[in-house]
Amino acid sequence: MSALPLVALVGNPNAGKSALFNALTGARQKLGNYPGVTVERKAGRLSLSDGRPIELVDLPGTYSLDPGSPDEQVTRDVVMGKQVGEKRPDALVIVVDAANLDNHLRFALELIALGLPTIVALNMVDLATRDGLELDAATLSRELGVPVIATVAVRKRGLDHLREALGDMLGEGRAVRAAAPDRDFDALRAEARRIARAGIVRETPSRRLTAAVDRVALHPVFGLMLLLALLFVMFQAVYAWSEAPIAMIEGVAEAAASTVRDTLPDGIIRSFLVDGVINGVGSVVVFLPQILILFFFILMLEATGYMVRAAFLMDGIMARVGLSGRAFIPLLSSFACAIPGIMATRTIADPRDRLTTILIAPLMTCSARLPVYAVIIGAFIPARDVLPGVGLQGFVLFCLYVAGIVGAMLVALILRMTVTKGASGGFLMEMPKYQWPSAQDILLGLWQRAMTFLKRAGTIIFASTVILWLLLTFPKVPDGSPVSQVDYSVAGRIANGLTVVLEPIGFNRDISLALIPAMAAREVAVSALATVYSIDAGDDEALLEKSLGDRLKDQWPLPTALAFLAWFIFAPQCISTIAVTRRETNGWKWPMFMVGYLFALAYVAAGLTFWTATAAGL
Amino acid sequence: MRLTDLPLRQPAYVDLIDWSVLSPSEGQRLREFGLCEGASVEALHRGGMFGRGPIACKVGRMTIAMRRSHAAAVTVRTGPDSLDQDRAA
Ligand SMILES: Nc1nc2c(ncn2[C@@H]2O[C@H](COP(=O)(O)OP(=O)(O)O)[C@@H](O)[C@H]2O)c(=O)[nH]1
Ligand SMILES: [Mg+2]
Repeated sequence: MSALPLVALVGNPNAGKSALFNALTGARQKLGNYPGVTVERKAGRLSLSDGRPIELVDLPGTYSLDPGSPDEQVTRDVVMGKQVGEKRPDALVIVVDAANLDNHLRFALELIALGLPTIVALNMVDLATRDGLELDAATLSRELGVPVIATVAVRKRGLDHLREALGDMLGEGRAVRAAAPDRDFDALRAEARRIARAGIVRETPSRRLTAAVDRVALHPVFGLMLLLALLFVMFQAVYAWSEAPIAMIEGVAEAAASTVRDTLPDGIIRSFLVDGVINGVGSVVVFLPQILILFFFILMLEATGYMVRAAFLMDGIMARVGLSGRAFIPLLSSFACAIPGIMATRTIADPRDRLTTILIAPLMTCSARLPVYAVIIGAFIPARDVLPGVGLQGFVLFCLYVAGIVGAMLVALILRMTVTKGASGGFLMEMPKYQWPSAQDILLGLWQRAMTFLKRAGTIIFASTVILWLLLTFPKVPDGSPVSQVDYSVAGRIANGLTVVLEPIGFNRDISLALIPAMAAREVAVSALATVYSIDAGDDEALLEKSLGDRLKDQWPLPTALAFLAWFIFAPQCISTIAVTRRETNGWKWPMFMVGYLFALAYVAAGLTFWTATAAGL
Repeated sequence: MRLTDLPLRQPAYVDLIDWSVLSPSEGQRLREFGLCEGASVEALHRGGMFGRGPIACKVGRMTIAMRRSHAAAVTVRTGPDSLDQDRAA
């Protein structure tokens, strides 16, 4: 643990804590976890005006010190000094929304009463002004008895003042005041209201931009159409915007492979570098642009405040399968990755709602499946327009996502009638104002995702690819044997055994080979296929020149390719998802249940697709 | 009048809340959102087709979404009263 002074950011959800945290610490952030609980710990360093470094933590937002969810429990424990793995903060920065003081000051009063050195950041003054509200920080400061500093986190306004005040506070070693006696909820609320009134200089009728937009965005018909349109654009963009950067990465990988081929003599090392490293890992890294485009949309939906609207629109539908609209947010983040999605279910208070959401989260098509879909679609689905401006490839991708969603809804319905039976929880959410997100927050989010993905590519994906390469390369097939190297290898023999089970649903040996390492990470299915075909090609120049997509097109009948896509809608589980489910549900029972039902569904779906496609003569 | 029957965009204030309809945690969350007897409310949007979706309403300066079943537990009154006068009385 660092010996630096520790300052914690606390406040209501959506007060702008994370934005303030980003603005103060920039890219100097460290993401971790609190021990024992799966709540993310976000910490970073910042230098005060006199150059002194301090450590800043961004605590989960909560409405009071009465925790309603595991997230909120952590916030309470940290500020009380009871959280394992975190010392009690030396000072608090309470972040409040200037446009919603009545509410936020109640919690602020509760926190001030703890007696820690405290500063209030009066954040979002720009939005308050937009709403016709003018506040006086000095009056608020006098009433609250702590410094109050006006800030606009997303425009970096007021940060210098804040740093200065923090320096003064920590420098003085200000004595911790005796905690005020506990006041009850209603007394605090009345007090907060009084102070909020006192702080108002002027209040003019607001423009209510948000309410005007919501008239369309929350409309039962137009709102849903808008949501569908947004999702549709998102999936089209994943293809349309990624062509150029993908071509660039492919170019680099090809150049690297041919350089290695030209410089190294034929042998084990060259095969390892070309087949394992460059073709294997490279085939996954190529999808970085598409993954970032997907994350870009999800970050934007969250930061603009639209995500909660989507939850509102979906609540009616979700209620019909026994869930609440709140579950829609973790499910939508699961499109990026099921792990943050499953962790985000912690904001769902009802335990049965939460368990159901966790169990269906892997049905949302995560970005790791994107490489698999993209390779198969690229190889088998012609790149033509079904309608002007609507590509067939993007449309098929959209359908795969929809199939995952429909599957998830059906599974939720069945689960809610069986294993997670019971009255459904409610739907209660705050709806933040709309606004344009700050470029820095979005870029920082994308940067963190890109690094996470590349780290995965460099570790899990690299390791699985190398192991597969080893198993495919040894034992060496004797010269002149009619058996191919792949069939002769350890991996080939295992795959040939598995094929017995997978043949009925149209899967060939290569798919069996790819499915096992794909348990480590789904993208590995692609790198595994790339490695298999790279080794299979041996010295055949013509074959080596061909892209993975072309090889697949030559070797797989269309029904097999479609069955493979259907399999991946339900998908073999990746190990990290199983691990996080175990952690979140405290045991092996639910992860095992999840893996079992998903494999069963995947098998049936792939089978049905294969048989139907074959019968249709495709 | 119940909050569910309140015409859209007509300012009102909370007369009575039937806490017994709400679970303790839901009750607490609503109170944390500032919904209490005397608070000003305004129904802004109704979601969902066939009147099944949640409703969005303004409570004080905050906009919150809740299900109809919860909104039905809130009785509202239209008129000039406000929390301040209510307290003074
Ligand atoms: N206009 C404006 N928006 C802000 C400000 N601070 C934060 N935001 C935005 O408010 C939203 C919620 O902020 P966030 O930091 O995620 O809140 P948290 O839940 O407290 O961490 C985000 O979309 C931010 O970009 C501010 O001072 N002015
Ligand atoms: Mg935050």
